[in-house]
This record gives sequence, C-alpha cells and structure tokens, in this order.
Amino acid sequence: MNIDGLTNGIVLDHITAGKGMRIYEMLKLDKLDCTVAIIQNATSNKKGRKDIIKIDSLIDLNYDMIAYVDSNVTVDIIKNGKVVEKRSVNLPETLTNIISCHNPRCITSTEQGIDQIFHLVDPERRIYRCAYCDTEYSEK
Amino acid sequence: MDKLEVKHNPRSIINITDLTVEEIDHLIKTANDIIENPVNYQDICAHKKLATLFFEPSTRTRLSFTAAMMELGGNVLGFSEASSSSATKGESVADTIHIVSLYADIIAMRHPKEGAPLVASAHSEVPVINAGDGGHFHPTQTLTDLLTISRKKGSLNNFTIGFCGDLKFGRTVHSLIEALMRYKGVKFLLIAPPELRLPKYMKEKMNAAGAEWQEFEKLEDAMPDLDVLYMTRVQKERFFNEEDYVRLRDSYILTLEKLKPAKKDMIIMHPLPRVNEIAVEVDNDPRASYFYQAHCGKYIREALILYLLGLK
Repeated sequence: MNIDGLTNGIVLDHITAGKGMRIYEMLKLDKLDCTVAIIQNATSNKKGRKDIIKIDSLIDLNYDMIAYVDSNVTVDIIKNGKVVEKRSVNLPETLTNIISCHNPRCITSTEQGIDQIFHLVDPERRIYRCAYCDTEYSEK
Repeated sequence: MDKLEVKHNPRSIINITDLTVEEIDHLIKTANDIIENPVNYQDICAHKKLATLFFEPSTRTRLSFTAAMMELGGNVLGFSEASSSSATKGESVADTIHIVSLYADIIAMRHPKEGAPLVASAHSEVPVINAGDGGHFHPTQTLTDLLTISRKKGSLNNFTIGFCGDLKFGRTVHSLIEALMRYKGVKFLLIAPPELRLPKYMKEKMNAAGAEWQEFEKLEDAMPDLDVLYMTRVQKERFFNEEDYVRLRDSYILTLEKLKPAKKDMIIMHPLPRVNEIAVEVDNDPRASYFYQAHCGKYIREALILYLLGLK
C-alpha cells in the first residue's frame, strides 16, 4: 500500500494496533480540512503490528490526550519533507478535560464551568482518580 | 488602590492530609489551651465572621462550628440547608462561595456533592473549611477524633485501635486511618462483615506507610487487645438483602456483655449519631467517650478557626 509522503505534517507512529481509531476520534481529526490517513495493522519491526496516523498539516496536538490513549506513540513533525522533530509521549500526571468523571455524587455532575481534572495515582496500572471526588476512572 | 480590588489566596482545609503532623499537633495544643484557659480566647475573634454554609442539614456539626466561633467572641452567619440558599435558583457553588467570601472572614461548608469544597476553595477570598462533602471527606471530625485520643490516651503514638462496623463506606474511618498512619506504633484492627470490609485502596495505603493491620469478623475476637474502639453504624441500605443485614446487624452492636473482656482503660468512640450500634447501657461505662468526643469537636474547631485566621 502506498501513502504519499508528507511535505509539512505530522505522523503519529507506533500506535498500538487497534488504538488508531480511538486516537482519531479523541483528537477529533474528522473535523480537519486537511488530508488525514489512518493505517491499521501496518508491519512493525518492534511489535509485529502497529497503527499509524498521517496528518497533512502542522496542527496543534494534545499530547496528553495521545499519551493517555497510548503512551507508546511517537510523534514525527515533518517540515519541507524532512523529519525535524521526533517526540515520544509520557503518561501525564494530570489530565484536564480529556476524560469525565462518571460518579453521580461528584460535584462535576452538577456544577457548570469547571474542568474535569484527574491525577495519575498508579503509573504502572495507569490508574487515574478524579481530583474532586477521588473516584477511580473507569471507561464504563 | 481600591481595597475591594485586592485578591487573596487563602489556605483551605478540604482533607485531613492538608494539615501536616506538626500542624495537627499545634491544633491539639491550642485546643488544650483553650480548654484550660477559655477566658484568654473569649474575645480573640471579635468583629470576625464565620459563614456556615450547609447545603445539606447537619445540626451537630453546624452547631459545633457556631458554638466554636461564638466562644471565640466572633459572629456567625449562613444557611442550614440548600432550600434556604440561592442554590434553589440554580446558582453555582463557585458563585455562592465567591459572594459569601466577600461578607465573611472564614467559611465552613457542608455539601452533598463530593469535591464541592475543592471548587469552593478555588473561588473563595477567605479560608474554607470542609464540614463534610457527601461520603468523601470530613476533616474536622478527624481532628475531633485525634484530640479525643490524644487527651484520653496521652499521645497519638503506640496504641491499638479497632474500627468496627461499616469500614467500606465510613468516611470518618478512612479519614482517621489516614491521619493515624502518620504516627508511630499504631496498630489497626479492622472489624467488619465481609460485605463492609475496608476497601483495597485503603489497605494499600496502609501497607505503603508500613502500618500494621489485621482483619476480624467478630468484635469479641479483637476486644481484649484494644486501647481504642471506634464504632460506626451498619446501615441497612448498604446490604443487597434484608436477611444479610438482620443476620449481621447484631454482631456489631456493642453491649456491656461484649465489653467484659475489654481493657479497663480502653476508650469507646463513635462519630455520632448512634442509632442502636452502641446500647444505651454502655453510656454509663467509664470507657464510653463518644459524648466527650463531641465536646472535643467544639474546641478543635476553635483551634482550627484561629489557625486559619492567623490568630494562633
């Protein structure tokens, strides 16, 4: 499969196979005017399979959001056809407005205009707790 | 410069761990001094105002704060339930606190939603004391408990405390355990039915702090070793079916009979209100300390108010 190289853009590489669409959705890449390509199950030297996202524009990225979904991702910034920067992402200590608290007893369920804030309490198990009510975040 | 434009960045107390061990020791010393020398403090808060903002009713805590401020010579304003406040008009906690903080010198707030005091502290021009947020934190109850143990046992180090009843949902239990983990030689005996055991994350915290703990299902098995017995209410609504509740309820009721193997100098504590988990016959036992505990609550709140106002 041949996807054209980028002149000025961003490549999100080494995405764990299967997580590419989640990153696409969370970064709202469907709202962009530029060309975006998602490659699923590409061959990876390191891990066998990986997903890749190529964005044909130098947009601002929410690195915390990327790292939360998949901290294996590497971000290549391309200018004039060359990789000018390679970034790895780290699981953030704090998440702001990336995930929402599901605890109905939390103040965030009723108070308007406050940020959803979570703190990383267990990096190994990737456990985040709500800054307000201390409830452990669960996707369900 | 317009004085009304000056912004303040006050210190608030949301959780017991917002206070260091040294600060808690200082508050206990102040409370003891107030008890011994009340006249020295009767005008110290003259012209100061405490706002008691209780978005859900709590008569004892509110009266305790009110009495505390009045004994310091200060004034009290506020509301005792949400229906008395602009919350009925849909005003946010942030706006309510912001405005009240322009009228008062310090705020004590109780709210049914967890995390509300944290929101309040971010929008207040004056210190906010969390007087209880849902089932989350209640730091002044923990301070009350610490003052009680300190006065009755002489120290917060080297004793064995048994927590009995609802250890899963009991916020006062979790908070007191967190506070006591910071002292030396405290052994924790956790007495509860399997349905209401202390949550795993609390045990992990105790392990990380090197705290010694042991679980029991029967109160009688732990009783002989206790220096402090902290009773809590087992609530019916915490059980999936009534039969389990009825079966277990009586196991965690304290009676004079159950006290027979207890140490003569053990103290019995309860955050109150008690329903039937401590039989009334126990009230006359010299070890019953729950009313003494409630009395301590007033003095430790006085100490905290003075500390946050920068007066002591």
